[in-house]
Amino acid sequence: MKLLSLLVAVAAFAIAPPSMAQETVNPGGLATIRGAATIDETHAAEKLKRVIKDKNPIARNYVHQPPVIPHQTRGYRVDLNSNKCLNCHSWKYAAETGATKISLTHFEDRDGKTLSDVSPRRYFCLQCHVTQADAAPLVDNTFEPIESLSNE
Amino acid sequence: MLKKLWTFLKSPSSAAMWFILAIGFAGGIIFWGGFNTALEATNTEEFCISCHEMQDNVYQEYRETIHYANRSGVRATCPDCHVPKKWTDKIVRKIAASKEVWGMLTGIIDTREEFVDHRRSMAEREWKRMKENDSLECRNCHDFEYMDFSEQGNRSVKMHSDALASGEKTCIDCHKGIAHQLPDMKGVENW
Repeated sequence: MKLLSLLVAVAAFAIAPPSMAQETVNPGGLATIRGAATIDETHAAEKLKRVIKDKNPIARNYVHQPPVIPHQTRGYRVDLNSNKCLNCHSWKYAAETGATKISLTHFEDRDGKTLSDVSPRRYFCLQCHVTQADAAPLVDNTFEPIESLSNE
Repeated sequence: MLKKLWTFLKSPSSAAMWFILAIGFAGGIIFWGGFNTALEATNTEEFCISCHEMQDNVYQEYRETIHYANRSGVRATCPDCHVPKKWTDKIVRKIAASKEVWGMLTGIIDTREEFVDHRRSMAEREWKRMKENDSLECRNCHDFEYMDFSEQGNRSVKMHSDALASGEKTCIDCHKGIAHQLPDMKGVENW
């Protein structure tokens, strides 16, 4: 008798449907760039883009745009100990290496006071300056670069 | 004929001589072979990272770099850069490396913090070594004679055809920290 009740209990446990039903996520009727992915599934990551290997400087599209990087930066470390970008782009080495000098604004702290070296808030180059890859814009737009900045 | 040989070999003095020679020869092969095998065994990545100091610090950093993984799968492992290929130089380096064994035993860089504290002095020692041998270990693979400038980026061409070609600079002068993270570079030339 004991054995039978145990068996019944086990069977009931096995047959019973999982209490948590698969919840469907409602995207709210919006099509997003990454597609209508539910929150519990992982989409395959996009392929990595090939960045420009080495090119001359690329013209800016608007005033105050941080110039983009026309070369690879893979493996370039920028941290407390070293800043690989400043190896060429600092005022000290720019003439020798032929790299673009960092702008004087990079020496200013947030109160507009000019410091004797790169301001900590401008130290992490890749926060604003980024390498370029041949990638189509995710969203179509009608932006036109400012004419006075380049003659392309 | 056979009898003559037999009597010769039977004479105690020559038999002993043959015996000693044979032992010496066999012993020599075994010792030398064993020595070289052991030496080569210490010249592998596997051996290097069998100590946690290497496994947890430099190896993990190296794993993110191009000498560990790249498009064609050609690798430069620890000894390719840190141990000279030529036998005499290799032995000198290996004897010098006994200091590292002592360091392991005394636990001078037992933790990450200790390792980071010592990174500058250890890096400087390696930079000095490579500067003195004109970056020999780099050049074992990266031979200047066979560098095709038309395949290099503008910046590489400029630097290589100028400073490197004239012998004014050697690889390590510019290519520091390509396989491991750098220490605080304050005061280092060109940084």
